[in-house]
Amino acid sequence: MTLELRRVTKRVGAEMHIHETNLVLEEGSFNILLGPTLAGKTSLMQLMAGLEHPASGEIWFRGKNVTGVAVQKRNVAMVYQQFINYPNMSVYENIASPLRVAGMERGEIDRRVRKTAALLRLEGMLERRPGELSGGQQQRTAIARALAKEADLILLDEPLANLDYKLREELRDEFPRLFAGRKCIVVYATTEPTEALLFGGNTATMHEGRITQFGPTSEIYRRPADLTTARVFSDPPINTAPVVKRGDTVFIGDGIALPAGRLAAVSDGAYTIGIRPHHITPVPKGNGAGVIEGRVLVAELSGSESVIHFELGGDTWVSQSHGIHPFEVGSVARLYVDVDRGFFFDSGGRLAAGGE
Amino acid sequence: MAAISIDNLRHSYVVSPRQDADWAVKRMSLTLEDGGAYALLGPSGCGKTTLLNLISGLLRPTEGRIFFDGRDVTDASPEERNIAQVFQFPVIYDAMTVYDNLAFPLRNRQIAAADVDRRVREIASMLELDDMLGRRASGLTADGKQKISLGRGLVRSDVNVIMFDEPLTVIDPHLKWVLRSKLKELHFRIRRTMVYVTHDQTEALTFADRVVVMKDGEIVQIGTPVELFERPRHTFVGHFIGSPGMNVLPCEVRGGKAIFAGEVVETANASAWRGNGKMLELGVRPEFITFGASGIGVDVVKVVDVGRYRVVETARKDARIKVLVPEGLPIPEGRAFLQFDPAHSRIYEDGWMVS
Repeated sequence: MTLELRRVTKRVGAEMHIHETNLVLEEGSFNILLGPTLAGKTSLMQLMAGLEHPASGEIWFRGKNVTGVAVQKRNVAMVYQQFINYPNMSVYENIASPLRVAGMERGEIDRRVRKTAALLRLEGMLERRPGELSGGQQQRTAIARALAKEADLILLDEPLANLDYKLREELRDEFPRLFAGRKCIVVYATTEPTEALLFGGNTATMHEGRITQFGPTSEIYRRPADLTTARVFSDPPINTAPVVKRGDTVFIGDGIALPAGRLAAVSDGAYTIGIRPHHITPVPKGNGAGVIEGRVLVAELSGSESVIHFELGGDTWVSQSHGIHPFEVGSVARLYVDVDRGFFFDSGGRLAAGGE
Repeated sequence: MAAISIDNLRHSYVVSPRQDADWAVKRMSLTLEDGGAYALLGPSGCGKTTLLNLISGLLRPTEGRIFFDGRDVTDASPEERNIAQVFQFPVIYDAMTVYDNLAFPLRNRQIAAADVDRRVREIASMLELDDMLGRRASGLTADGKQKISLGRGLVRSDVNVIMFDEPLTVIDPHLKWVLRSKLKELHFRIRRTMVYVTHDQTEALTFADRVVVMKDGEIVQIGTPVELFERPRHTFVGHFIGSPGMNVLPCEVRGGKAIFAGEVVETANASAWRGNGKMLELGVRPEFITFGASGIGVDVVKVVDVGRYRVVETARKDARIKVLVPEGLPIPEGRAFLQFDPAHSRIYEDGWMVS
C-alpha cells in the first residue's frame, strides 16, 4: 500500500504553488514535510487528501489512480494547526462522528472511541465539550478523531504549533506510540527542524514549492544534497560563506585560513562552506579544529547552552555550545571550527564534500 | 526609563472572588530594575499576560499598587505610563507604507521630521526592513507585518518600558533566531526596561537577564537563566525549563543520604533535610547524568537523535530517567549504569527544594 505522487503540479492563477513533484510514501511510514511558511507543505497535503486537484500529474493510492477522486471518497483524516472540533458535541461524540457517518455498528464505535480516548489520555473527559478543555486536550480530541477513523492516510498540518512549549514536548513524546503498529501513512508538516529530528521517520525538505530532498530523516540532516536543504534543515540557521579551497587549507575572505581536514579530498576551487552552529565552539572539539576570531554581537546564556552571535568577514555567524561560556558584547571571541563536520557546496549549490 | 515596583498586587476577573482559584494573579510583590530585560515565563493560564496588562495599565488591579520610579501609577492609563507594547499578532495600518507605520508613534508626539526620519531608518535597518520602507504594509507576509509591529514598539526613545506579549509566536524558526538576537542586541544598546511575556523557555532564557517563572497566578522563582537551570527552586521550574526537563524521581532520605530505588545517591542538599513527612523527590537534569561503569543500574529504552545531542531514555522499574549525550560520545546498549552529578542533584520536598 503506497501513496504515489507522479509529476504532480499545482497552480493558482499564474503562480506555481507546487512545481513538478514525484514522491512515494510507503504503508506504515511516518513522513515529515519540513520547510518554512509558504514552502508548499499545506498545498501538497491538500493534493494528497484530494481537497485540491493537481494542475497536472497523477496521484495513485494502493495501485489505483485516485487523481480525480474527492476527499469524501478517500479514507483520509486531517488534523490542523487550529483546534477543530464540533463545539456542541461531547468529546465522545467528536471522536465518534466519522464512525457514525460511516454507518458503523454501535458497539464497535464505543470500543474504538474508548480505546483511542485512552491512548490520548482523554478517558476522564469524554462527557465534556471542547470549550471546557485546555488547548492541549482540544488538540488531543482532534487527533483522537483522526485515529479512531483508522484512515489509510493521516495528514497533520503543524498540529502542535498553537500549543504551549511544554505541551508540545509532551505530545511529541507520545506521537511515535500513537502510530506504532498502524498500517496507515502519516504525513506531518512542520517548520521546525528539531521536531523532524525528534520524530525520525522520513523527511521531505521543502522550499518554494519544491521537495528538495526526501529520505530517512537523520540521513537528510547529516548529508543534505544541496545548500537549500541544509538551510531548511538547520536550527539555528547554518553558517555559510564563500570560500576558496587550496591544498589542505580553506580560505574564508582575505584573512581567515582553516585546515580543510576531511574536506581536503575535494578538488581545489571556490565553494560555499556550511558549518552548523554547534560545530563552532569556545573549546576545541575534534582533532585539527580551525581557529576563527570575531567580534561578539550578542551572547545568550540559557543555562544549558551558550549561543554566541559574532561577526565574521562582514556576516553574522552563530556558535552554539553546551554549558556556560560568557563573552562580553563587543569583545573578540576566539572560537574553534570543527571543519571535519562541515559541508562544501559547489557553485550550483550541490553537496561537493562533507557530511556528518 | 523606569524601575517598576509592584506592591501586594492581586487581580481577579471575578466580581467577588471567594476561593484561591478565582485569582488570576495571586498576591505578589516584585521589583523590576530600571533598564533590565525581564521575561515572564509560564504555561497558558499562569497569569503572565494578566500581570503584563496590570503593569501596562490595560487592567486595573483588584488590590495593590504599582509604582514607576516611585510614582504611584496604579490609576494611570497606558498613555500616562508612557509605555510601548508589541502584541502576539501584528498591530499595523495596512493602508500605510512601512515607513509611515514606523513613523506613526513619533509623529503622534510632534517629533521633528528630521528626528523621525533618523529613528525610522535606524529601526528599519535593524529589522532589515530598509528596502521595503516605501511599500504598503498590506502586501507583506505575517512575518513582515510582525517585524513592523516590533519596529513600532521600539521606535520611540522616550518610553518608560517596552512590553512584549508573545511577539515571536507567529514567526518562522529561522527569523525567530534573528529577531530574538536583534532584540537582545537592541536592549544592550538602549538599556531600556523591557518585559517579555512568553511560554517558550528558549525565548525567555535567551532574551532576558532575569526570568520570572509563573504558575497558577504565582511567582515560583525569579532568577538569571543560569540560576534557573542550575538551581531550580521548585520541581515545576526544573520541568518547565530545559528540554527535556529535569528528571523528578521518587526518593527517601535516610541518615542524611538520598535513596532512589534502593540505592544511595549523593546530592547537594539531602543532609539539610529535617524530615516533616511530606513527599520527597530527587531532581536531576538530563544534562547532569552520564553513563559509567558503576552507579544506578538501568535499561536503555530509547535513543532520539536531535543532531547536536541525543536524548536517551532509560528505565529503572517504573521510573523513567532521561540522559542527554553530546554528539560523538558513545551510548551503551541494554543494561547500563548512571552517574548523577552530586552538585546538581537535589532533594525536593512537596515540590520545593530542601535548603
